[in-house]
Amino acid sequence: MWEYTDKVKEHYKNPKNVGAIEDADAIGEAGSLSCGDALKIYLKIDADGIVTDAKFQTFGCGSAVASASALMEIIIDKHIDEVAKVTNQDIADALGGLPAQKMHCSVMGKEALEDALAYYRGESIENKSRIVCQCFGVTEDLVREVVQHNKLKTVKEITNYTKAGGACEKCKDDLQKILDEELQKQGETSPKKPLTKTQMIVKVNNILENHIAEALRQDGGDIELIDIDGNNIYVSLQGACKSCPSSNLTLKNFVENVLREHLGEEVNVIEA
Amino acid sequence: MSEKTIYFDNNATTRVCDEAVEAMLPFLTEKYGNPSSMHEFGGQVGSYIKKARQQVADLIGAASPDEIIFTSCGTESSNTALRGLTNPHKKHIITTKVEHPCVLNVTKQLEKKGYETTYLNVNSEGEIELEEFKNSIRPDTAIVAIMWANNETGVIFPVEKMAEITKEKNPETLFFVDGVQAAGKIPINVKNTKIDMLGISGHKIHAPKGVGALYIRKGTPITPFMLGGHQERGKRAGTENVPGIIAMGVAAEEASNYLDDEATRVKQLRDKLEKGILERIFNARVNGSRINRVPNTTNISFEYIEGELILLHLSDLGICASSGSACTSGNLEPSHVLRAMGVPFTAVHGSIRFSLSRYTTEEDVNYVLEKLPEVINKLNTISPFQKELKELKEMKRVCLSTGKEKGCCKSGNCHHN
Repeated sequence: MWEYTDKVKEHYKNPKNVGAIEDADAIGEAGSLSCGDALKIYLKIDADGIVTDAKFQTFGCGSAVASASALMEIIIDKHIDEVAKVTNQDIADALGGLPAQKMHCSVMGKEALEDALAYYRGESIENKSRIVCQCFGVTEDLVREVVQHNKLKTVKEITNYTKAGGACEKCKDDLQKILDEELQKQGETSPKKPLTKTQMIVKVNNILENHIAEALRQDGGDIELIDIDGNNIYVSLQGACKSCPSSNLTLKNFVENVLREHLGEEVNVIEA
Repeated sequence: MSEKTIYFDNNATTRVCDEAVEAMLPFLTEKYGNPSSMHEFGGQVGSYIKKARQQVADLIGAASPDEIIFTSCGTESSNTALRGLTNPHKKHIITTKVEHPCVLNVTKQLEKKGYETTYLNVNSEGEIELEEFKNSIRPDTAIVAIMWANNETGVIFPVEKMAEITKEKNPETLFFVDGVQAAGKIPINVKNTKIDMLGISGHKIHAPKGVGALYIRKGTPITPFMLGGHQERGKRAGTENVPGIIAMGVAAEEASNYLDDEATRVKQLRDKLEKGILERIFNARVNGSRINRVPNTTNISFEYIEGELILLHLSDLGICASSGSACTSGNLEPSHVLRAMGVPFTAVHGSIRFSLSRYTTEEDVNYVLEKLPEVINKLNTISPFQKELKELKEMKRVCLSTGKEKGCCKSGNCHHN
């Protein structure tokens, strides 16, 4: 069961401003039925640009209803210039926070709001941005915007905020690329991507050759890499090491420590 | 939380029956010995486990209690059956697209080790086409892993027939049945079938969580999955969960006694609930075969509204059920079972499973029938699909297949009945 705040519960139990406005000045939509989330908002905007009324209809879970309901409270009686500045984080904050996996509900509120404002300004509401995630129809622009505004650092977070990459996972490489570019713009580097097995084998082999094997060879022994499985590195000790009673000590105290130091990871060295 | 609990989530877990609680208590307090011990204090426990083994064997009609091993849960039973394959030359597995994750996630992992899996389709009623199944059996098929009853829809697969087909085509292929949702709901008699292995779970039959069992027909080749001591005749190491096993034995015996109740009273209550919901709520539709089903389960979709939201509102009224919506699953995809059946997205996300038990009363059913329409009506007004809902309401007056006024078709499948 999700840990919803009292504020979220209050909103989904008794959502405010539900319904449609017949003569709305702006209508915005986000999400789709197939994704399991859809939101439609209606705004009434007066001559001075003040949102005098706002209503919503949603197909979604508790946090989707709560996000929409909170959004309506945030924007009513505000000028559209101010409304345009509302972020998904503002929606989440108004609810006292949302579970990480439900942040996409607040983003959907923000998306529908942007759509409505574009409609009001008479801009084309056609989405020209490339769709990154086919499963949930998430565009590249949305991913970039969400990464920037919410200072996201991992692909998992992008999934929590936009649902992109949450189903078939085919777009995960794409998302990583976008994330890397965005982080580079911010002058940060993303957390290290785990090495592929081949990269890992090359790296471990280099460390064995340059920092370990020589010392063993001086004692008439040698070492060979057999396999790598996650954090487990399987090696075979050869020559004099093979029969050495302290070979286990060699593995744990020497080989493992040197590998950990150079890899910067908690690896286990196991004799194959 | 609401003060009263109206529990319609018995396919998730069940209340432990009083008889099981009473039977297990002495094994927590006085008789806490280890059955493997060489002293009488521990050793005496063995005879009680033996009795429990017989009780479980009786529930599923095993020829001998020696064919039962106790595990920690239904998931472990499935893992034991699938990971215990011994023939290195047979690397093909047959299962279905609607299995429980305790089978699907194991086959996915076995595929990485060189196994190939055939995932059988189901039709819109959630049923398997036997011809497709027959054609999928190959000389190198190591095992067929099929559920007896589906946990989400309750739809029953003809596993006895399928086991026969399997052995006819390839006598060496093992036949494993995930019987977790069938045990205690429909009669099972494995000795009269060609089934080699069958897994069951304690907490689905009114025993506590943390105990399960696996039936392994005598002579079935299987490598143990859990290694360690010699417990369970070397087939499942680890000190026995004695209180759990004793409770499961008693619960199994009780379940045998209640089979008639399941088939009559529980089924009538389920049918009353289902019929009542369909009559009162225009955007309700039943998912899966209404004929070929365990007596305690109904899976109903409320079109154009979302399942988690329904559950949250029901929970406030003290009603416990579950949903196949994406929002409840922790990942972002809705029920793989309903998707495999081709249930439209308009309905998948709004699916609710009601599962009953011997403890369900007529008052419980009446309470849901009284409260649910209010909840759905309220949530319908929040939906952005007002036009579609209105159309559905209109359409509801005529039957889709005949175009006549509703009530025209007698096939259990027409949800307008």
